Amino acid sequence: MAKVKIQGHASGTGILTVTAPDTDVNRTITLPDATGTLLNSDGSAASLTAIPAANITGTLPAIDGSSLTGIAGRRNIIINGAMKVAQRGTSFAAAATGTFPVDRFKFNHSSIGAYTVSQDSSAPDGFANSIKIDCTTADASPGAADHLYLATTIEGQDLQHLKKGTASAESVTLSFWVKSNKTANGQVNLRDMDNTRIIANTYTISSADTWEQKTITFAGDTTGAFGDDNGVGLNVDFWFDSGSNFSSGAMPTSWEATATADQNAGTTLALADSTSNYINITGVQLELGTAATDFDHRSYGEELMECMRYYQICQYRIGTHSTNGTDLVWNYTCVPPMRATPSRAIVGGGSYSSTTVYYETSPWASVGTATSCALRASNFTHYGGATAMTGTFSGSPSAGDVISIFASGAPQAANYSYMELEAEL
Amino acid sequence: MVITNAKYHTNALSENAGIEATIDGKVWVIPLDLGNAHYAEILKQVDEGTITIAEAD
Repeated sequence: MAKVKIQGHASGTGILTVTAPDTDVNRTITLPDATGTLLNSDGSAASLTAIPAANITGTLPAIDGSSLTGIAGRRNIIINGAMKVAQRGTSFAAAATGTFPVDRFKFNHSSIGAYTVSQDSSAPDGFANSIKIDCTTADASPGAADHLYLATTIEGQDLQHLKKGTASAESVTLSFWVKSNKTANGQVNLRDMDNTRIIANTYTISSADTWEQKTITFAGDTTGAFGDDNGVGLNVDFWFDSGSNFSSGAMPTSWEATATADQNAGTTLALADSTSNYINITGVQLELGTAATDFDHRSYGEELMECMRYYQICQYRIGTHSTNGTDLVWNYTCVPPMRATPSRAIVGGGSYSSTTVYYETSPWASVGTATSCALRASNFTHYGGATAMTGTFSGSPSAGDVISIFASGAPQAANYSYMELEAEL
Repeated sequence: MVITNAKYHTNALSENAGIEATIDGKVWVIPLDLGNAHYAEILKQVDEGTITIAEAD
């Protein structure tokens, strides 16, 4: 039989007392067959280490989530914030307003110089791409209505967690990396497109030609909820220059009704004033809360699928020559389904024009051309549908012939043609 | 958005089914869907009197 021995410490004078609970039931406490220290005073579990995960069961206690670290759910509201996906091309000289240098980011300007906009390989550590806006024709004295900014848009149904228009409206924090030859201020606007409201702030580029990360927190707005729909809810605008129509007001640091004169009141960048000027932006993240967290990196495939809700390319297709003898007809399924019924266009490049399409008839023996091509407005939804293209066909295909319509190069290659589908906001 | 040459397209039932228009230099076929940004802009510019939409051929 084992003996119980309690040995007082040689130098201690305190009395060790073991008390029994007030119970009439016999209790047995089994000590571990090992040497060590049991629980610390007041039940702290500090001495309990190396507990096998399998032994940790039960219900998690209700604890403050702010103490949890290393938990990375999806945080970034912005699509393609790392500028990875550029389906329309990677460089646009003398870019028109409405050009997308990468997916989801639209370049907007009006009579304020000329720019090459591109998906650029310059990027801060951890990123591979950025948008570059490079001034190629200067305009140091823009007209009153001239403007120059980059914008990305977010659907209202993807913004419901901001609780906008309620007493518990959430703050959001925008973070991004920027580089420019100029040291100056740029204004960033959040524009609520459902309720025509705006809030803004500026960032400062401190060092020329150096990547810097900027963070701006915007207060929540208790006025005006975002529609829970597929329409535009929020615009995020990066302003670079403008005429007085956009800069003669005051920068709205609190939510207010949108005033045109306020939209660029805080920018001192004047990107249009010299052909030496450029600006690069990447790592754009908009997230709930008042703190910027590390960038929410997603795979190229994830970003591409998100972008294809707004823009897709259909390059190769199998169809038939219609019985009316004037159409090529094929079916296209939008994967993923698009935001809304898309606009469609035939795009050509190199030796392929937008009105000439090459095709091959079964059994794939001869190549013909279809010239003067034009798409018909046919039965098509955001899920896809039938596409009919009129044209003048060489080789006299027969009605009902199975036809492969093709191009020799990938989009943006030397020779290409494809149908593009656009459902941007 | 610079829009020119806007013209209705009809379907097999001779109903207006879409609009062909040149937008910023590119020819698009645009659905009659208010959720489509091109169509919304065409309607806006029609309201402003900037453009008109021709009937289908």
